[in-house]
Amino acid sequence: MKILVAVKRVVDYNVKVRVKSDNSGVDIANVKMSMNPFDEIAVEEAVRLKEAGIVTEIIVVSAGATQCQETLRTALAIGADRAILVESDADLQPLAVAKILKALTDKEQAQMVILGKQAIDDDSNQTGQMLAALLDIPQATFASKVVIADGKATVTREVDGGLETIALTLPAVITTDLRLNEPRYVTLPNIMKAKKKTLEIVKPDELGVDIAPRLKTIKVEEPPKRSAGVMVADIAALVEKLKNEAKVI
Amino acid sequence: MSALISLVIAEHDNQFLKAATLNAVAAALQCSPEVDILVAGNGTDAVAQAASQITGVRKVIQVESLALANQLAEPLAAQILSIAKNYSHILAPATANGKNVLPRVAATLDVAQLSDVTKVVSADTFERPIYAGNAIATVQSGDSIKVITVRTTGFDPVAATGGSAAIEKQSGDAAVGNASSSSFVGRELTKSDRPELTAAKIIVSGGRGLGSGEKYQEVVVPLADALGAALGASRAAVDAGYVPNDYQVGQTGKIVAPQLYVAVGISGAIQHLAGMKDSKVIVAINKDPEAPIFSVADYGLVADLFTAVPELTKALS
Repeated sequence: MKILVAVKRVVDYNVKVRVKSDNSGVDIANVKMSMNPFDEIAVEEAVRLKEAGIVTEIIVVSAGATQCQETLRTALAIGADRAILVESDADLQPLAVAKILKALTDKEQAQMVILGKQAIDDDSNQTGQMLAALLDIPQATFASKVVIADGKATVTREVDGGLETIALTLPAVITTDLRLNEPRYVTLPNIMKAKKKTLEIVKPDELGVDIAPRLKTIKVEEPPKRSAGVMVADIAALVEKLKNEAKVI
Repeated sequence: MSALISLVIAEHDNQFLKAATLNAVAAALQCSPEVDILVAGNGTDAVAQAASQITGVRKVIQVESLALANQLAEPLAAQILSIAKNYSHILAPATANGKNVLPRVAATLDVAQLSDVTKVVSADTFERPIYAGNAIATVQSGDSIKVITVRTTGFDPVAATGGSAAIEKQSGDAAVGNASSSSFVGRELTKSDRPELTAAKIIVSGGRGLGSGEKYQEVVVPLADALGAALGASRAAVDAGYVPNDYQVGQTGKIVAPQLYVAVGISGAIQHLAGMKDSKVIVAINKDPEAPIFSVADYGLVADLFTAVPELTKALS
């Protein structure tokens, strides 16, 4: 079974971004970039399925600028077999990415697509669900456990109030939550090996996909700041403040 | 379509209408003068009744089908799509269900989705947080139908009573026709008599500073009891297995904005702050004076939580 994994290059999760002074966006020049953490979990899950003998080939895909090749190399070092970069400097919104992934899923005849549930830059949480809709196949979002057997994926999902388990016929789309697995550290030998794996570059045009953005960003601003609080000396002072100043208890 | 009419997807468990629906209706009323609610499920008469009483609602569309009993994305999306063309805006609260189903609706309609909207600027322009809430984007949609998930903390709920909308029953054929590819297996919900995390007035959250699930039970739970509070946790505490996943407050967990948020042994990683910094009053108790949580706290106490928290519990009991 072939599996497609989508990865996004994003600002590293440890970086606190700053809004540009002209309010046109956030300043990501000279900022550390990494693979979206949820996508790293997606790659790890695919590699585990391959190690378990369920998956035969892992194709990792990224859409974006030429630097996404680094992100793809990381995925190859974790254990993906080959990579495809859909290169574009355009503002790729979730619907456009879903269309790109649909074209590649069709072309590669992948039986499963795994993606992160959300990218930590735009926080949209849309692409997996949109891809499933475009392919007209079932979806399991926010996965914390995936079992593949008899042409079915049984997926435990993190939902409000606890966990829910659903069964999907394949092909299907799965999006990962935090507790699905803990991605391995990439080792130097695997980084070296990854450099020799195939990385194909295609353009959105070649896939026949319309990537025009549908949402126009008017401005990006700093959120309202919380005014500085006070430090209290002890519990008695805290209780007094909560009762008489904040009046919340 | 010229007239502005919104459709809100009701959040429910077939028995009860969830409060998050009221925040979504509030957002919808800022998008359009007329708002309908879709109650899609199985055995939902009480839910449809409750929805019909919400202030500002024009009509409740009730669809009953076994295929909709578990809110699976495929049949629910198909059901929404069967009436989508009648609306200018389709909204759902940004809950696990709303996030699961609405992008499927948007993609099939070939329109963008606006996720986690916190403010309606106009019928086509909205504010939404990006980068874990470290920036607020104002975005304009050129699509004919706006598909929106609503961050409930951004909108005060409309009144749950006072309305008297008509309930119109519709067929669940669309859902039935799209119910074969996925099936429901089971559910393990955390049993609790406490207020729901996203609707609670007071939340007590514990972090890695607690060191274990036992200490969470010993230290955090009694304080929550004393305050009548809901229980929350940082991602670190959930990853370490102290508490179930649905306790997680943060960028990728639950977004909360209670009247009072008490953070116990939580350092305040960016992604945690993203989930709670809109709380009215924040109290932080941490032994590290440099902990980032103090930068958003109204009241900070540098102390050993294992002595300070029981003392606070005692003072409040």
